[in-house]
Amino acid sequence: MKENIGKVVKVSGPLVVAEDIPNAKMYEMVYVSDKKLFGEIIEIKGNNASIQVYEDTSGVGPGDPVYSTGMPLSVELGPGLIGSIYDGVQRPLDVLKEKYGDFIVRGSYEPALSRKKKWHFVPLTKKGSNVVSGDPVGYVQETVAIKHYILIPIGLEGEIDFIADEGDYTVEDIVAKVKTNGGEREVRMYQKWPVRIGRPYAKRLPPNEPLITGQRVIDAFFPIAKGGTACVPGPFGSGKTVIQHQLSKWSDADIIIFIGCGERGNEMTDVLMEFPELTDPRTGRPLMERTILIANTSNMPVAAREASVFTGITMGEYFRDMGYTVALMADSTSRWAEAMREMSGRLEEMPGEEGYPAYLASRISSFYERAGRVIVLGNGKKESALSVIGAVSPPGGDLSDPVVQATLRTVRVFWSLDAQLAYARHFPSIHWLRSYSLYADSLKDFYTSRLGKEWAEMRKEFMKILRREAELQEMVRLVGIDALSPSDRLIMEVARSIREDFLQQNAFMEEDTYTSLEKQKRMMRLIHLFYVYAQDALKRGVSLDKIVDLPVRVDISRSKLIPEDNLEKFDEIEKKLKESFEALVSEVQNG
Amino acid sequence: MAKEYITTRNIAGPLIIVDSVEKATYGEIVEIKAADGSIKRGQVLEIDRDRALIQVFEGTSGLNLGETKVKFLGRGVQVGLAPSILGRIFDGSGSPIDDGPAVIPEKMADINGVPMNPYARNYPSEFIQTGVSAIDGLNTLVRGQKLPIFSGSGLPHAKLAAQIARQAKVRGEGEKFAVVFVAMGITFEEANYFINDFKETGALERSVMFINLGDDPVIERIATPRFGLTVAEYLAFDLGMHVLVIMTDMTNYCEALREISAARKEVPGRRGYPGYMYTDLASMYERAGRIKGKEGSITQIPILTMPEDDKTHPIPDLTGYITEGQIFLSRILHQQAIYPPIDVLPSLSRLKDKGIGKGKTREDHSDILNQLFAAYARGRESRELATVLGESALTKTDLIFVKFADRFEQEFVKQDEYEDRSIEETLDIGWRLLSMIPVEELKRIRPAFIEKYLKRYLKEEEGKDAAQR
Repeated sequence: MKENIGKVVKVSGPLVVAEDIPNAKMYEMVYVSDKKLFGEIIEIKGNNASIQVYEDTSGVGPGDPVYSTGMPLSVELGPGLIGSIYDGVQRPLDVLKEKYGDFIVRGSYEPALSRKKKWHFVPLTKKGSNVVSGDPVGYVQETVAIKHYILIPIGLEGEIDFIADEGDYTVEDIVAKVKTNGGEREVRMYQKWPVRIGRPYAKRLPPNEPLITGQRVIDAFFPIAKGGTACVPGPFGSGKTVIQHQLSKWSDADIIIFIGCGERGNEMTDVLMEFPELTDPRTGRPLMERTILIANTSNMPVAAREASVFTGITMGEYFRDMGYTVALMADSTSRWAEAMREMSGRLEEMPGEEGYPAYLASRISSFYERAGRVIVLGNGKKESALSVIGAVSPPGGDLSDPVVQATLRTVRVFWSLDAQLAYARHFPSIHWLRSYSLYADSLKDFYTSRLGKEWAEMRKEFMKILRREAELQEMVRLVGIDALSPSDRLIMEVARSIREDFLQQNAFMEEDTYTSLEKQKRMMRLIHLFYVYAQDALKRGVSLDKIVDLPVRVDISRSKLIPEDNLEKFDEIEKKLKESFEALVSEVQNG
Repeated sequence: MAKEYITTRNIAGPLIIVDSVEKATYGEIVEIKAADGSIKRGQVLEIDRDRALIQVFEGTSGLNLGETKVKFLGRGVQVGLAPSILGRIFDGSGSPIDDGPAVIPEKMADINGVPMNPYARNYPSEFIQTGVSAIDGLNTLVRGQKLPIFSGSGLPHAKLAAQIARQAKVRGEGEKFAVVFVAMGITFEEANYFINDFKETGALERSVMFINLGDDPVIERIATPRFGLTVAEYLAFDLGMHVLVIMTDMTNYCEALREISAARKEVPGRRGYPGYMYTDLASMYERAGRIKGKEGSITQIPILTMPEDDKTHPIPDLTGYITEGQIFLSRILHQQAIYPPIDVLPSLSRLKDKGIGKGKTREDHSDILNQLFAAYARGRESRELATVLGESALTKTDLIFVKFADRFEQEFVKQDEYEDRSIEETLDIGWRLLSMIPVEELKRIRPAFIEKYLKRYLKEEEGKDAAQR
């Protein structure tokens, strides 16, 4: 094995330069020093290769060996992924804890998928049938809700020569053999895929269905499509992480991949402890049974942070290829960009804006473009989607930050978080005037067929009221509230009601944390009815103060707490609303 | 016998470059003997073939090219640990300065530590009662959290930190509690304030202090907090103690980091701070926490003074992104003689939701917290409006909120330096204040709690009103 060994010549933090690595290739995986620290070649200059090392390099010095592997940085894909927690380079953190203790020891290695665990394989094809890449040869019931299909690896096609009988196998066992033009090839239950290359699909389709999140401001105002991309920039304390957690809890995707990229360790623990106990509203099973976690916290090696988003999205693509809807959350892409900046600085590359490398924008878009709604490879022609939602943490909440700007150029939904709203504990602090969703039009048909025309009309009306409120507030600031006409003051009141009674949503309150589309519509209708009745009452001479003081408004503000299985309650409130206004009007007319 | 190199080639600021080095490794510690025989310590920052770049902790004054002798020790910076370390005071690089003997170590540990496996973490959820209403009631601290104080020059952050150290307790338990105090570049007087306060309250014997003063070597500050945190990890996870780590002032730490970065001629990030400052800060802040199946915990309260009270400055900004919330001190409140001058609106405790409620504090805590925030925010907004337009521009409800905001600052936030309020007292003050507000405006509170807790105070208020009439 002597011939596979190079030699370290320089060490500067996570960057190691080595010489004489035979056949060094870009993005090849190597092991540095006898501690077997895991790294990746990111630059080759003559005989010298620069390596980003995914672990702390203390104690490494010139003369230490570097072992090449000839393989690019890859992830293992197969049964056992779901419910796992990995670091940025797919080391299983739960297994590492068992084996090495509470702290992450350098050079520790365990395969991502257990080699010992047996899975119950059910064949779906038989000897003699013709298969192409992406066709399932069988499946493993990995969790109650997820059938993990064993796919023909990319680049393989031919005739099935052998297929294993139904039974228990490990991931390394051969479950099929395919006769191809290039000879017979074996199919195991797991495959490897290089993280930096997107997995191919048959055809890309435009998105046409929303990812339903149960978050009112998102579903009603700024929806994201299945297969779409969104970003959540905001200063610290504005609730980015809570939004990401809420989306991973409640989105109607089959698989959730949550990447904690350079963020807090305790937050990952929160997910780890909470998800197994929460139930998926669609399947009634623990949320963890559809979730994969990637945790590369801020104190873990910076280079692995750079790899973590690619590790995550490759797994996402793999499940997409089985026909599942996948939603991927990355929190936060700023830390990922900073990891790139740090490596770029150590490589002494010419910096672009704010010290970020010049290729920042192209890297960001190459990540988000791996999202999409597609027809997957294989004869099944299944349709599926991978959505990507990235949090961005701009310094000081300043949206001119290069990472924010590069992200906005590529994503289609922008949820702008506002510090002022967060201070007033208006959560989610998504600012209704600054945010946008470019999917609103392509999703219109879906909403209309599911919820009727009313939905889109109310949405439009509400946006108008909120915009008008902002103008009126300017005026109030100059001349005081008394200068407004009763109808303008009514708009202010209704806008406040939209903000407080509809948009605001408490993630930590059981009744309020998830709202179905139907309930959202009923809530909107209450506020809308109030507005319509109130306008009419004003015209008939009822004083605004009386309208504002109506006790039924308390019912409107408490309508969030109505349980999902008791939506008839809304009929009662609507009735009460109508009667209250009738009483007011008749009072004026009779007196 | 390790080789001594006399091949120092460059000396610039805190850095030296040594040539013709054999077998040096990254991060290794070195001993540097100056011409006059004094010994300094340093650490390898970069090694390129046979050339080592070394940062000198005690500063490079007195070093020259011909006579400086450099010895590579083949290990990282370590600290000796033993239970007898409690009650001791050290300088910024771990040597005792309290006239006591050196600690006889039971074990040695590298001060850089190793990252905790996120899977091994236990989620912080035990309420720590600090006795300060603005913290307990609204920005609740829990064990294993890192909650910095964002302050400004001239604000009483030291007083507040000392009060927290004095009063912090988990209720109903007599567990082992320790304080690790890390001073970086602060004045002698400020350090002395803490030492005296700890002595007076008897806290010193369960404390470990690392003191790097303003006139101590700047580069030493890079190591000081790491000494403190390594000791904290030992106390928490080996000895099972609940450790509160107070680190002051992080601003000085970051400036030391910038100084090294500048000396290395690195590409600067925002305001000249190095691009890796986030990672560097995280490697300290993330050492707070709890571990599954282990008794102890590390809770961090770093203090930083925001230059020009600007929270978008890189130091508070990056800190805020790593820590689990922040306590903001406000100059305006301070000028109104309100102590502690905590501005609750931008303050935040991210972990509060798991640490409050039934069985932890009280069932109504979450609702009342949200309502107090919302009401105070509205009151402040209206107050600002009133200063521009006069009170006549406000509606009658808004006027009530203005009055609420005033009373909130005077009765809820304000308290004495030695006043230790229980969480029940804090919440009851909250209810008393909320009783001013019309019930239909209390949208964040579940009706059942209004019934259970508010009724009492409503009667009180009515009584008062009647008396006034």
